[in-house]
Amino acid sequence: MPSDYFPVFVFLLIAVGFPVMIIALSSIVGPRKPSPEKLMPYECGVDPIGSARKRLSVKFYIVAMLFVVFDIEAIFLYPWAVIFKDLGVFGVVEMGLFIVILFVGLIYAWKKGVLEWE
Amino acid sequence: MLEVVITIGIMLVKMVIVLSVVMLMVAYVTLMERRVLGRMQVRHGPNRVGWQGLLQPIADGTKLFFKEELTVDKANKGLYHLAPVIYMGCALAIYAVIPFGNEIEVLGRVIPLHIADINIGILYVFALSSLGVYGLVLAGWSSNNKYSMLGGLRAAAQMISYELPLGLSIIGVLMLTGSLSMVDIVNAQEHVWFVFLQPFGFLLYLICAFAEVGRTPFDLVECDNEIVAGYQTEYSSMKFAIFYLGEYMHIIAVSAIAVTLFWGGWRGPFLPPVVWFIGKVLAFVFFFIWVRATYPRFRYDQLMRFGWKVLLPLTLLNIVVTALVTLII
Repeated sequence: MPSDYFPVFVFLLIAVGFPVMIIALSSIVGPRKPSPEKLMPYECGVDPIGSARKRLSVKFYIVAMLFVVFDIEAIFLYPWAVIFKDLGVFGVVEMGLFIVILFVGLIYAWKKGVLEWE
Repeated sequence: MLEVVITIGIMLVKMVIVLSVVMLMVAYVTLMERRVLGRMQVRHGPNRVGWQGLLQPIADGTKLFFKEELTVDKANKGLYHLAPVIYMGCALAIYAVIPFGNEIEVLGRVIPLHIADINIGILYVFALSSLGVYGLVLAGWSSNNKYSMLGGLRAAAQMISYELPLGLSIIGVLMLTGSLSMVDIVNAQEHVWFVFLQPFGFLLYLICAFAEVGRTPFDLVECDNEIVAGYQTEYSSMKFAIFYLGEYMHIIAVSAIAVTLFWGGWRGPFLPPVVWFIGKVLAFVFFFIWVRATYPRFRYDQLMRFGWKVLLPLTLLNIVVTALVTLII
């Protein structure tokens, strides 16, 4: 029922409002004496070298892409799991095929060396 | 009209109680962690502020509250301030769907002890815990600090890698229950707790939960001796406190979900349901601290290999075996 979600939304507001409130209160009562040294990014005490926003290893993007593929699989499994008992043998065979196809995909990525981080 | 006002009033009272209890638990879990870790390393831990150090969390909180707030040079201001709010907000909002007790009767009115019983409870929990990753990544990226950046990236890759097995490890429970609602799942465990029917699923969930909240042995996100403090290096004052508290809030949240899904939720003999629930959650939190005192940290390539090559196939196997066994019986 849609009305079930009303408390969830109210609690979401509280959950976001609470940290906002304590951060705001703390920044009002806390002292403020900034100096260039204080505001410098921390790099073990020496002056920072270059920019922090450098290029990243492509590995991270590939992991993100793999994640999207397999997360869709996971989401697809949820509704299946809920009505699993009604589907019986047919449901198990269908989902078995689906999992096998995705597992082949995982093995392909594995053999291509996507999962190697050395 | 009066009925609506009373309903909303009860709802708000429940929310305030949940918020206060969660904050109190978080505050004292920080103390518990320091004391237990101390004992496990044959030292005392903080025991000076108040009896047995019981006022230590209050002293820490007050100190951080009155500290100067620094915004690092060339930080991406908006995101820098937003990140801690996202992190803690997501951790806190999870408690909306967790049933922490049975129904109670107050003045002839039956009050169920959960804030909301939505029919997609589990999906809501996992959606929020995925959103929490944004807090870490944005904190790392907006800080204009190399260590923060590395911490944020590691957090993103680690959490999304372990979210897959985390989500898949509980499919077995859903197959046994036939519902996504947390209340239905607790009700389905009236006779036998799911940990006995899904021991393997529980083990996989537990391992992924450690990685998901970034605790030892998977604490590469903020691994102190490589990247200072990871994503929270540049945070000070209350924003640092929010990351600190948010981490414990996440630990308590994944413990509460483990208790709800596998350990019968609030069910238990003799004692009131709420006591059982909090007791079980604290037992899990103790386990988290115990593991931290016992195990060393993974290396990053080991972490990724373990997640993708071991845990993911094992969770799929768990689903297939559960499906076949359920079908035969």
